[in-house]
Amino acid sequence: MNRLRLAALGSGALFGLGLAMSGMTDARRVLGFLDVFGSRDPTLVFVLGGAVATSALLFRLVLRRSSPVLAVTFELPQTKHVDRRLLGGAALFGVGWGIAGYCPGPVLAGLGAGSVEALWFIPAMLAGMLLHRLLTRRGEVSNLGQEGAATSMLLEDSGDT
Amino acid sequence: MTVAWLQALAGGVLVGLSATSLLWLNGRIAGVTGILDGVVFPKPADVSWRVAFLVGLIAAGGLYMALAPGAPQARADFPRGGLVVAGLLVGFGTRMGNGCTSGHGVCGLGRLSSRSLTAVMTFMATAIATTFIVRKLWS
Repeated sequence: MNRLRLAALGSGALFGLGLAMSGMTDARRVLGFLDVFGSRDPTLVFVLGGAVATSALLFRLVLRRSSPVLAVTFELPQTKHVDRRLLGGAALFGVGWGIAGYCPGPVLAGLGAGSVEALWFIPAMLAGMLLHRLLTRRGEVSNLGQEGAATSMLLEDSGDT
Repeated sequence: MTVAWLQALAGGVLVGLSATSLLWLNGRIAGVTGILDGVVFPKPADVSWRVAFLVGLIAAGGLYMALAPGAPQARADFPRGGLVVAGLLVGFGTRMGNGCTSGHGVCGLGRLSSRSLTAVMTFMATAIATTFIVRKLWS
């Protein structure tokens, strides 16, 4: 396994561990947190708060570097403007989150623990992603530059042994 | 509840550290749906790190839930139809809006992106409204 993959595996493991520890994997708690007019369980504020405080502090240090440790460039989203797609998409996502209490990371962690609900939710989520792709396929220009894909290909090839 | 909020805080910090390490080492944004999208609809030479990240997430999250004493457990009795409708909306919405709780929330807010802040406020608002309406309907 090359270093890029190993690093991604480690980051993913840290992510899953954090989600499972935080309680986000228990959709009852998530709905209790979202139910601000009812049960008002504020516990999960600490999850987003802790995560955003950590990333806000450390991203600043990381982005002072000219490049990441194992790759050529930082691949950051270039879109800056707010448009209808962003608002509409975020609104729909919120409705889905509010119905069942699952966002994508926690439901994947639940899959690892054999959650029955994840087996229903995840195929539907993939179908939703596919549906979006089918509806927007024509004329869409990918905003991930070809250059980025080419450099990561070079790195992955050179790291393989 | 004191333990619960400490676990929530510790878990949140771990998620922040994960996003930081993926950016620091790989130069990538730890947005779960973006990463998943690149596995389901692969681009050449851009797949393996995504698979590795997801394998790590699923395995470590699952192991903690299965083995750690007192770990929060997944719910199992939600109506199946509700799960399917919610899953469709989450999948469609996160691709249309280019991100979910991790991409716009943890990473976008971490980068102080106003676009992500708008997205987070939007999905928090509709999630809270939906939870409110669903609770009204059921009780």
